Amino acid sequence: MKLPVKMTINGQSYSHEVEPRLLLVHYIRETVGLTGTHVGCDTSQCGACTILMNGQAVKACNFFAVQADGANIMTIEGLAKDGELHPIQQGFWEKHGLQCGFCTPGMIMSAYQMLERYPKPSEELIRHQLEGNLCRCTGYHNIVKAIEWAAEHMPAKK
Amino acid sequence: MATVAAERLFGKSIKRREDPRFITGRGQYVDDLKIPGMTYAAFVRSPHAHAKIRKIDTAAATRHPGVVAVFTGKDMTGVNSLPCGWDLRKEKKIPGVIQDLAIVPHMPLTSDAARHVGDPVAIVIADSHEAAVDAAEKVQVDWEPLAAVTITEKAAASGAPKLHEGAPGNVAFKWEIGDRAATDAAFKTAGAVTVKKRIVNQRLVANAMEPRACVARYDDATGELTLWVTSQNPHVHRLLMCAFVLGIPEHKVRVIAPDVGGGFGSKIFLYNEEVVCSWASRKLKRPVRWTASRSEAYLTDAHGRDHVTDAEIALARDGKILGLRVKTTANLGAYLSTFAPAVPTFLYGTLLNGVYAIPAIHCEVTGVFSNTTAVDAYRGAGRPEACYVVERIVEAGARAAGMDVADLRKKNFIPKFSGAFQTQVAVVYDSGDYGAAWDRMLQMLDYRKFRAEQEAARKQGRLLGIGFSAYIEACSIAPSKLVGALGAGAGLYESGKVRVHPTGMVTVFTGSHSHGQGHETTFAQIVADKLGIPIEQVDIVHGDTGSVAFGMGTYGSRSASVGGTAILMSLNKVIEKGKKIAAHLLEAAPKDIDFLGGQFQVKGAPGKAVPFGVVSLTAYVPHNYPEGLEPGLEETSFYDPSNFCFPFGAHACIVEVDRDTGNVRILRYLAVDDVGNVINPMIVDGMVHGGIAQGVGQALCEGAVYDGQSGQLVTGSMMDYALPKADMLPMYETDRTVTPTPVNPMGVKGAGETGTIAATPAVVNAVVDALAPLGVDHIEEMPMTAQRVWKIIQGAKAR
Repeated sequence: MKLPVKMTINGQSYSHEVEPRLLLVHYIRETVGLTGTHVGCDTSQCGACTILMNGQAVKACNFFAVQADGANIMTIEGLAKDGELHPIQQGFWEKHGLQCGFCTPGMIMSAYQMLERYPKPSEELIRHQLEGNLCRCTGYHNIVKAIEWAAEHMPAKK
Repeated sequence: MATVAAERLFGKSIKRREDPRFITGRGQYVDDLKIPGMTYAAFVRSPHAHAKIRKIDTAAATRHPGVVAVFTGKDMTGVNSLPCGWDLRKEKKIPGVIQDLAIVPHMPLTSDAARHVGDPVAIVIADSHEAAVDAAEKVQVDWEPLAAVTITEKAAASGAPKLHEGAPGNVAFKWEIGDRAATDAAFKTAGAVTVKKRIVNQRLVANAMEPRACVARYDDATGELTLWVTSQNPHVHRLLMCAFVLGIPEHKVRVIAPDVGGGFGSKIFLYNEEVVCSWASRKLKRPVRWTASRSEAYLTDAHGRDHVTDAEIALARDGKILGLRVKTTANLGAYLSTFAPAVPTFLYGTLLNGVYAIPAIHCEVTGVFSNTTAVDAYRGAGRPEACYVVERIVEAGARAAGMDVADLRKKNFIPKFSGAFQTQVAVVYDSGDYGAAWDRMLQMLDYRKFRAEQEAARKQGRLLGIGFSAYIEACSIAPSKLVGALGAGAGLYESGKVRVHPTGMVTVFTGSHSHGQGHETTFAQIVADKLGIPIEQVDIVHGDTGSVAFGMGTYGSRSASVGGTAILMSLNKVIEKGKKIAAHLLEAAPKDIDFLGGQFQVKGAPGKAVPFGVVSLTAYVPHNYPEGLEPGLEETSFYDPSNFCFPFGAHACIVEVDRDTGNVRILRYLAVDDVGNVINPMIVDGMVHGGIAQGVGQALCEGAVYDGQSGQLVTGSMMDYALPKADMLPMYETDRTVTPTPVNPMGVKGAGETGTIAATPAVVNAVVDALAPLGVDHIEEMPMTAQRVWKIIQGAKAR
C-alpha cells in the first residue's frame, strides 16, 4: 500500500506516492534526490540528517515521510540564496569547521535554529545545543568557532 | 594562460578549497550515487558469536517480490579468501617471530561456520532497498550454536572454544622485540625501583560518520567493472580484490573512492561486502549498491586496539630509566583483517622507546583469535597503544620513586638530535627536540602555579588532577624495502603525476586519498608555490584508479610526507623540462636558466625571460622546439621514503573529578606538537583537535563491549557506544615547535594521528593524579566513566 505525500522542500513542491514506512530522510535523499542530507546512524544520535521542518530543526530519520505531509522543509541545499552563502555556511568555511564534510549539513541546520533562538550564544551554550550532533573529525573546537563567527556576522533581524 | 602567484602559500592557513561543496550539501559520497537499473543489497548475518552452519534455505527469500537474486558462499565458486597483507612467518625471515602467523581463511560469505556476530552468510539483491531487507529476513539459516570466547585474556586459555583449524589454541602469532637478557639484567640493578602494572587498552570502533558503502557496476559490453567504495586507498582495494579474491583482470576494474566521510583507518581494508557486491554485479550484469546501517558498521568495520598488557619499569635511584619490560596480548578478532598482524607488532613494539633514553627494552606480543569483529588499524594503530603503555608506566614509576612526573620525564628525554637516533627497538628516529616541546607546554601550563592551585583545591576537598603525555609516533609510512623485510605484502611508496596543460593550468593526480584531510588545498599549495602560479590554476585529482597511475593511499599520516613528496618530485621534473624549452626559446644553455617567480629566466639577466605559460604552450605546440625533446609537459614520480618520520610533542590535561558522582570534567587541554614543517597550520590544528577528541573519547567514554557469555556486541549502536560530544570537550590550547625531518625535502612529518596517540594517557594520568589523595596510584581499565571512577573512589574509601 502506498500513500500520497505532498510537501515543499526548499521552496519547491513535491508530491509522491510512498510506502508508509519510508523515512523522511530517505524520501528526501532517494525519492526527491537531495543528497546533502546524510544518514550517519540508525538510532537518531548522529544528527547528520538534521533539516528544518516548519521552522524547527528536526532529525529527518525521526519522521516518516507521510508525517511530513503538507510540511515546509528546508535542507542544506536550500540555505544559500542566489549563490550567496549563509553566514553559518561562511562561518564553517572561515573557521575550518569541517573536515570530511559528512556531519556538516546537519551541524549547519542545527546551528541555524540555535542562532534563531540564541542570537549571541556563549561557548557553553553552543556546546550544549550541539548535543544532538556528532562529529568525528574536528573535536568540535572549530565548529564552536564557526558558530561564534556566524553569530557575529548574522544580519540584524528586521 | 597561467599567471603569476602573488605570494608563497606554504605555511599559510588558506581556507579549504573543498569546503564550498560540503557546506552547500553538494559533496558526492558513495551512497549519493544512483545508476539506472541499480539493485540494492542486504546481507544476512550471523546472530551468533560462534555457530556451525548446517543449512541455508534461500527459497522463500528468492520468491519475495522484487528480489533479483540470493547468493550464499556456496554460490561463489572460484572465489578466494580475503587476503591478509602482512605475513609474520619465520620462513619469510621476519624478525622477532616466535610462533608463525596462523593464516586462516576469511571467505567473503562464510559457509562452514560463523565466527562473530555479524559474520555475513548470504546476500539478497532486490529492486529496492526495502525488498532486499524484507527478503533477507526470510533467509532461513539452520545454526548449530557453539561456545564462544570474546575476552582477550581468555581467548588462548586452555579449553577455550577453537575458532580455526589452522590456529591451535587460538594463537595467531607470537612475536618479540628488544633485548631480553639486557632487560632482565637492568631489572636486577642494585637499588633499582621497579613497578609492574596491568594496563588495558580497550577495544574501540572507529566510527567515521559516513558508514561504509559500495556500488558495483559491471558493464557486460566492455567487460569492465566499476566499484565506487568508501576507501582510503582505492588502488589497494583494486589490487587485493582482483589479484587475490576474485581473480579478475586488474585493468578491467576501476575503483573510485569519491568524497569519503572520514576513515580513521577503518576504510583501509578490503571488506567482504564490496567483494560480494562486485562479484554479484558481474554475475547479474546489473549495478549493486550496499550501504551499511550504523548497526552493521559496529559489527563489521574493523575494530581497533584491544590490548591487555603487563608493563614493568625499572628506575635508578636518581630517576633514570633503566629498563622497560612489556608483555601484551592483542585480540585480533575472528579473522585476520588486511593489515592486522602489523598493528600490535611492528607498529607497536617499535615505539616503546618513546622519547626517553631507555637502555634496555623487551616486548613480547601474543596475537589471539576470538569470536569478535576483526581488529586492525584505527587512528594511530599500535602507536597509541605503545604511547599509552610508556606514558602510564613512566608516571607509575615516578610515583613509586617519589619523584615529580614532569621532572622524571625531563631527566630521561633523549637529547636534541638531527639525523639519526638508534632506539632499542629497531627503529631509527629522524630528528627530535623533545625537551623544547615539553618546556613550551609547561610554560603554557604554568605548571608550578597549577600544583599550588591543586594543593589549595585538595584542602577544600576538590579532586583536581594533571596528566601528561610526552609522545612520539612513526608516520610517513613507509620505506618499502624495510616494511617488506618486516612482512608487508605491499610497497609503501606513493605516486604523483603533474599534468601541465597547454595554457599552463595544472592538474595533479595523487595516489593519496582525502577523506577529510584537505589534500585539494594542501597539495595545491605545494604546486602553486613551486610553479609560481595562483592556486586557482591547480586542481588535485585523487581517489580514482581510472585517472591516477597508482597509489598506496592515505593512512599512517603519510599523505603530505610521502604523497606530497611524489608531487614535488614531478614538479621538479616539469621545471627541468621547462628549462630546456625556455633555454631554446631564449637561446641560452639549460644550465643557465633559473625558474623564479613563475618564469624561466637567464641567470643574471632578469630581462631575458619567458613565463611558465609560454613554455607550457610551446611544449604542446612545438614548432620552435629543442631538437630531440619530447613534446608535452607531464611528469610522473613514485616516491619511496628512506625512513619513517617521527613527530612528537607534549600534551597535558587538567581534570576535576566529582567526588560524589565520579564524573570527570576536563578543565584544560594543552598540546604542543612537533610535526616538522607545516603546509597549512589551520588544517594541522584541525587534525590535532580531532585527534585529541578521539583520544579523550577512549579515555573517558568509548569502548566496544562484548557480553562474555553470549558473545553479543553490547555496544552495537550510537545509543550504546558513547562517542565524545561537544559539551564533554574544552577548547584546546595548542602550539607547535618545528623540528623539520631530514627524510624528505619539504621537512614535513605528519599530523593526522598525533592527537589520538597523545591524548589518552594524558587524560587517564590526570584522573589518577586527581584521585591520588584517596590513595589511588593506578587505574587498569578505561574508559573513565563516572561509574568506573565512582567505584574506584568507593573502593579507595573502603581501604
